Amino acid sequence: MTDYRQDRSALPKPSGTYPPTEEMLAEPVPDEVQAAQAERLRAAWATPKGFRYWTAVNNSEVGKWYCLTALFFMLLAGVMALLIRAQLAVPESELISADRFNQLFTMHGSAMMFLFAVPMFEAISILLLPGMLGARDMPFPRLSAFGYWCFLIGGVFVIGSIFFDAAPRAGWFMYPPLATEDEGPGSDIWLLGLSFIEVASIAAAVELIVGTLKCRPPGMRVNIMPLYAWYVMVVGGMILFAFPPLIAGDFLFELERSFDWPFFDPERGGDPMLWQHLFWIFGHPEVYIVFLPSIAIAAMIIPTVARRPIVGYSWIVLSAVGTGFLSFGLWVHHMFTTGLPTISLGFFSAASEAVVIPTGVQIFAFLATLMVGRVKMTLPMLWIAGALAIFTMGGLTGVMLALAPFDFQAHDTYFVVAHLHYTLFGGMVFPVIAGVYYFFPFIQKKQLSERLGRWAFWLIFCGFNLTFLPMHLTGLWGMPRRIYTYPTGLGWDGLNLISTVGAFIIAAGFAVFVWDLVRPKHRQPQIKRNPWEAGTLEWTHDVPEEAWGIRSIPHVTSRYPLWDQPEMQARIDTGRYYLPDAAEGRRETLVTSVIDAEPIQVQRVTGPAWITQAAAAFTGGAFIFPTFHWYPPAIVCAVLAVCCIIYWLWTSTARVPEAPSKDAGLGLTLPTYASGHASVGWWAMWITMLGDATAFASLVFGFFFYWTSQDDFPPEGAMHAEPWLVGLAALGLAAAWALTVGARELNRRWMVGAARACLAVAPLAAAGGAAALMVSVLELEPETHVYPAVLWALAIWVTVHAGAGVIMQLYCLAGSVFGKLTPRYDADIWNVSLYWHFQVLAALVTCAVMGLAPGVL
Amino acid sequence: MALLSACGKDQSALDAAGVDAEAIRNIFMVTLVGACILWVLVNGAFYTLTRLRTDPLDDRFVRPLLIGGGIVVPSVLLIGLLAWALSILPDQRAPGDGLQVRVTGEQWWWRVEYWPDGAEEPIVTANEIRLPAGQRTEFVLDADRVIHSFWIPSLGGKMDMFPGRETRVSLHPERPGRYRGQCAEFCGVSHAWMAFAAVVMPEEEFDAWLEREAGDAVAPESAEAMRGEELFRSEGCGACHAVRGTEAVGQVGPDLTHVGSRETLGAGRLGATLEDFERWIAHTGELKPEVLMPTYDHLGEAEIADMATYLKGLK
Repeated sequence: MTDYRQDRSALPKPSGTYPPTEEMLAEPVPDEVQAAQAERLRAAWATPKGFRYWTAVNNSEVGKWYCLTALFFMLLAGVMALLIRAQLAVPESELISADRFNQLFTMHGSAMMFLFAVPMFEAISILLLPGMLGARDMPFPRLSAFGYWCFLIGGVFVIGSIFFDAAPRAGWFMYPPLATEDEGPGSDIWLLGLSFIEVASIAAAVELIVGTLKCRPPGMRVNIMPLYAWYVMVVGGMILFAFPPLIAGDFLFELERSFDWPFFDPERGGDPMLWQHLFWIFGHPEVYIVFLPSIAIAAMIIPTVARRPIVGYSWIVLSAVGTGFLSFGLWVHHMFTTGLPTISLGFFSAASEAVVIPTGVQIFAFLATLMVGRVKMTLPMLWIAGALAIFTMGGLTGVMLALAPFDFQAHDTYFVVAHLHYTLFGGMVFPVIAGVYYFFPFIQKKQLSERLGRWAFWLIFCGFNLTFLPMHLTGLWGMPRRIYTYPTGLGWDGLNLISTVGAFIIAAGFAVFVWDLVRPKHRQPQIKRNPWEAGTLEWTHDVPEEAWGIRSIPHVTSRYPLWDQPEMQARIDTGRYYLPDAAEGRRETLVTSVIDAEPIQVQRVTGPAWITQAAAAFTGGAFIFPTFHWYPPAIVCAVLAVCCIIYWLWTSTARVPEAPSKDAGLGLTLPTYASGHASVGWWAMWITMLGDATAFASLVFGFFFYWTSQDDFPPEGAMHAEPWLVGLAALGLAAAWALTVGARELNRRWMVGAARACLAVAPLAAAGGAAALMVSVLELEPETHVYPAVLWALAIWVTVHAGAGVIMQLYCLAGSVFGKLTPRYDADIWNVSLYWHFQVLAALVTCAVMGLAPGVL
Repeated sequence: MALLSACGKDQSALDAAGVDAEAIRNIFMVTLVGACILWVLVNGAFYTLTRLRTDPLDDRFVRPLLIGGGIVVPSVLLIGLLAWALSILPDQRAPGDGLQVRVTGEQWWWRVEYWPDGAEEPIVTANEIRLPAGQRTEFVLDADRVIHSFWIPSLGGKMDMFPGRETRVSLHPERPGRYRGQCAEFCGVSHAWMAFAAVVMPEEEFDAWLEREAGDAVAPESAEAMRGEELFRSEGCGACHAVRGTEAVGQVGPDLTHVGSRETLGAGRLGATLEDFERWIAHTGELKPEVLMPTYDHLGEAEIADMATYLKGLK
C-alpha cells in the first residue's frame, strides 16, 4: 500500500464497465457469497439496540421519529382548534379568556405551519426518498438526525409555552407593532423558537435536494426519476428561498425586541410594512411548500391505482417548477388591503390567478391518467378523491379571493378561514393521510385497517365540510377572524354552532385514524412485498425489514422499473447489482452524476452517534436562552454547539479513505473520496449558501425598502459609517477570500507549506476586516433611528459570517497539519472556499451599501 | 340567493347598501355560480373515471384534456374575470365628493373627525360613523399604536390603518339605515370588541346632524344629571375624555360631547340605553378586557346611575 502523503497521482476516476451488460446481470451470485455479503451488510447497518437506539441516524428511524413528532404536534394544535371552536360555539361565551384565546389561535396557526406542515413533508421525504431512489440512506444521515433533534427541542419549547400561559399571542403572522410591543416572552418564543426550527428545516431541505441530485441509482436520469423526487427538489428549492427572508425578518425583529432598534417603529423611521413584505415573501411560497409534496404523494398513488404510468410526466414536472416560481410573485395578495397602489393590486391579482394554470395542469394530468388506466379503487384512492373534492373548492374560492376587490370584503374574515382550510385539508391533510395508508406497508410491513380507514375518512370528510362550509357564509356576513367572541344578533350564532359541532366530528375521525396507526399489530401477518403492485423502486423493500435500505443498488432504465424490468427484484435480492457488500464494514451508498446518474463515487455515510444530539441541544440552548434575556448561558451554548459540530465534522466527514477506490460490483471500480463539485458536501455547501445569500439579500432589500418608502432615510445630519474603515473592511475580507482560494490552489499543486501559510494569514485578514467594519459603525446609535440600526444589522451579519469563515479556515489548517486535508483529499478546502465566495460577495455588497450610500442617498 | 343575502343582518357584505358593496357582491355571485359549475365538472369527471367507467380510454384523448382543461379553459375564464373585476378597482379607490372623514384606530376604539369641504377645523366625535346617502365620502385612516382595519361590510371593502402612515378609502352609500362596522385586523386582547355603528342618513338629515355634532355639549338639567356631571369632574374623567363646553378636555379616550346621541357604547360593545351606560361604567374591564379605562366599581349604585344619566343626556 502506498503512503497517500507521498502518492502524487490525482484521485482515481471511475473505471470498468458501465452500463452493465445483460450477461453480467444474468450471471448468478453463488449462495454462500450472497449470505456472507448480507451478513456484512447487516452488521454495518445494524440499528443500535436498547438505550443506544436513540443514537440511530438511519433514515428509516429518523424519518419515523420525525413523522410521529410532527403528527403529535399536529394533534396538539388540533386540540387547540377544538378549544377555539368551543369558545366560539355561542356568542359572548366566557369559557376561555380573550388573552388565552389569542394565544390559542396564534399557536394553532404557528404549530400547524411550522411544527406540522413543513416538517411533515421533510419527515415523509426523509423516510421515503432513499427507498424511491434505491439509495441506502440520505447522503448526510447525521444531518437528518441533527435536524430532527433540533425540531423536537424547538417544537417542544414553542408549543410548550402554551401550558405556561406564556405563548405568543400576536397571531402567527406576528405583525409589528402589536408583536414588537407585546410584553412577556411570547413574541421572543415565536421568533427564536421558530427560527431555530427554520434552520433545521433548511438543513433538511439541503439534505433532500442533494439526495435527489446525487444519490439516484445508476441509470436513473432526471427525466425518469419518480415524480415525488421532482417535487422534493422543487419544494426543497422553495424552502431555500422562502425561509431565509423570514429568518432575516426574525433577525431584525429580535434586534428590535431585545435592543430597541426601531426597524418596524414608524416614530423612528422604521416601517411595519417591511415585516409584512418579508413575512409574506416567505408566507406565500410556504402555502405551496405545504401543497406540492402532497400532490407528489398523489402522483405516486395515482399510477398505481390506474395500473399504468402517469401521463403528462413532463407537463407535471414543468407545472411543479412553474408553480414554484410563480409562488414567489404572489405575496402581495396577502396585503391587498394595506393601501398599496392600484397598479400593484392589479398585477398581483393577475399573478395570483395565473397559478391556477399549473395547478390545473397537474390535476388534469391525474385525471387523464385515470382516464387511460384501468382503475382499481383502493382506500388511499378514497382519500385522494376526498382531497380533490375539498381542494378544488379551496382553489375556486382562491380564484375569488385573488380578485382584489372581492378580497377587500373577504380579507381577514371567516371566508378566508374557510378558504385556507379547504386548500390545506384538500391540498395537504387528505393526501398525506392517503400517503399514510399507501406507504404504511412500506414503513411497517403491516396493513392498516380498511374498515377503520373508511370510518376515519367519512368522519373527517363530513366533519370537515360541516365545520368549514358554513364559514364561507359566516365571513360574508361580516365575522372577522381572530375575535375571541362576538355579540348575538348578527346572524353568526347558528353558523358558529354548526362549525363547532363539525370540528368535534373531525376530531372523532382523527381519533379513529390515530388509533388505527398506533394499535398493536403483533398478531397481524406481515404484508406481501408489493401489496399495491406499484411500479417504483421503494416497493423492492425487504419483508421482514432490513436496515440496509436496499440489498444492492440496481441499474434503472425506466420510470416504473418494477413493471418494466421484471428480473430486477430477484437481482437486487441476490446482490447482483452495485454495492452488494460491506467489505470494510462501513456504511456506503452510491453517488451518481446530477443529470445522467452515472456512478461516480462510493460515498461513506455516517453511522449512529450521540454528538448530533449534543450539537442539537446546545444549538437549542443558544436560541432558547436569549428568549429570557439570559445571554451568558446562550453564549456558552453557542460555543459548545460549535465545538460539537467541529468534532462531528472532523471525526466523520471527508475522512481520508483507507484506499482511493474500491470495487462497487458489476465490474465497476469507483473512487471512495470526492472533492469539489463531484462531492455531495460541495453541493450541500452550495445549496446552503444560496439560502444564506437569500437571507442576506433580504436585509439589503430592507435597506432599499426604507430608502424608497421613508422620506427621512437617512435622516438629515445623520452620522454615516466611517468610509475609510468600510474600505479597509472590504480589503480585509477580500484578502481573506483570496488567501482561502489561494490556499486551495497551492495545496492541490503540492505546495502544502505555502497553503498552510495562506490559511494562517487568512483568519487574521478576515478578523481585521470584520473588526474594521464593526468599528466603522461603533459611533452610530442604533436605537435612535432605523438608518444606523440597519447599518449595524448589516455589519453584524457580515461579522458573524466572517467569524464562521475564520473557524473554517482554521479547521482546514488543522486538517492540513494533522493529515485530514492533503493535496489529494482536499474536499474541506473546496467547500470552505465556496463558502468564502459567497461571503466575499456579501461583504463587498455590504461595504458598498455602507460606504457609498451616504454619497448617493 | 335570497338566503345568502340575509337581509336585516347589520354586518353582511351580501346585504349591500352602497355602490361599492354592491359591485363586489355582484362579482361574488357570478364567481359563485361559475365555481359551482366547475366544481361539479371536475369532481364529476373524477367520479365517472374512478367509479362508473370500466374500460380505459385511448391515449389520444390525453393531450386535449390536458391542454383544454389545464390551460385553455382556465386562461379564457381568468382573463375575462380579471378584466371585469379589475375594472371596478379604480372606482373602489375614487376620491370623495367633498366630505372627508378622518378615522384613527386606537386600542380599541375609533377617533373620528369630520372635515366638511373647505373646513378649517374638524368636528370631533368617536366610535360612530354617520354618512350622507347618495354621495361618496372619503376616509383618511391612520392608527395610534398598532395596525387596525376599517370595515363597514354593507357599504364596501376594508382598508388597514397603520401607525405613521395614511391610507385612504372611499364609500358611496345609497340606502339609509343602520349598519355595523368592525375592526378586521387583529389588534390585541379586545380586538373582538372594536366595532362601531355606521348610520347612513338622507343628505338633509345628515347635514342637520353634523351641525348639531359641531356644537358644544348641552348642560345637564335634572338633579341626577347635575350630580352626575359633578361626579364626572371629581372622578377625573375629564383627564381622558373631552366634553366640549366643559372643563373636560382629555384626548386619551373618546370624545363624549354628544355620547348620549350615539347608537352604541364602548365602541360597539353595548347598546346605548341608560342601563348600558351603568353597565359600562361599573364593569368596563369585564366587558372589554385590558381596556385602558379603569372600572368605576368603587362608586355606589346611585352614583353610577347619576353618571349614566348625565352621559345619556349629552345628546
